[in-house]
Amino acid sequence: MITDGKIALVTGGSRGIGRAIAVRLSEIGVFIFINYFQDTQAASETLRIIRDKGGDGEICQFDVSDFEAAQKAIKNIIDKKGRIDILINNAAISNSGIFVRTREKDWDTTIEINLKGVFNCCRAVTKSMMKQRRGRIINISSVVAEGGNSGQVCYSASKAGIIGLTKSLAKELGPRNICVNAVAPGFIDTDMTSSLSEEIRKKIIDQIPLSRSGTPGDVAGVVTFLVSRDADYITGQVIHVNGGVYM
Amino acid sequence: MTIEEQVKKIIVEQLNVTEEECVSEAKFIDDLGADSLDLVELIMAMEDHFELEISDDELANISKIQDVVDYIKARKAA
Repeated sequence: MITDGKIALVTGGSRGIGRAIAVRLSEIGVFIFINYFQDTQAASETLRIIRDKGGDGEICQFDVSDFEAAQKAIKNIIDKKGRIDILINNAAISNSGIFVRTREKDWDTTIEINLKGVFNCCRAVTKSMMKQRRGRIINISSVVAEGGNSGQVCYSASKAGIIGLTKSLAKELGPRNICVNAVAPGFIDTDMTSSLSEEIRKKIIDQIPLSRSGTPGDVAGVVTFLVSRDADYITGQVIHVNGGVYM
Repeated sequence: MTIEEQVKKIIVEQLNVTEEECVSEAKFIDDLGADSLDLVELIMAMEDHFELEISDDELANISKIQDVVDYIKARKAA
């Protein structure tokens, strides 16, 4: 397969959508660096799943919001493997709450992890990708970046920021054959959404034309397409994976 | 190889130009057809080769081949 031997970093790869992406990419022959921040056990579990399916990878701890830490960790990957072909910026936190009660710290933390984290990792991989004259960056945004959502001002701002970053970077790096795209998931079953009550879940699902929540696999499938040769001519786009809830 | 020769070798490789085009007074953008991204890549290649870091402020003063040669000579002598 054309993706055999490629090297990818998936941030926030220990759980949820990140784990599904890591596993799916490994199934097409990509070597996966599974970034995580705190949960070593969950990251190791992602690696175990990958190995069970015949793939390979490594776990890779660092805080995406820490510029120096990200540069160092990604430099280590490039030193070790000689390259990095694919970056999936997935690590994020969700900070829901009524805006009038939002604290300054909620805003800062959300922007630092969700948006600056993307900047930090993109910054660390671009030099190597430019030299290779090839690269793929996929940033995980969200349906709320474009559709908005009450109670998610900080989160949606961070996810909308990712879209601007994606488009500008796609324009700048296009001449070097580096494609930068965003994927905007809708309501996906992960730890991030599991805390919602049954009543709220039902209300949300009633709004979705496909009448179900999404799975991490629904998102991972689109990401896998975007890193494949079939997507060679796609850059600067936001691909919505949301069951039709926002069009 | 002298610093000048090393610089010109990197320029030939990076910008896909001939050695003959690489006269000291040649300007990267006007004469050698580089765009801003090419220029940044060229500077990154210089940084790697000569093991030094060129700041964005200093980059603003670099427009022709001689500027790079002078800069690297000055830095190496320091």
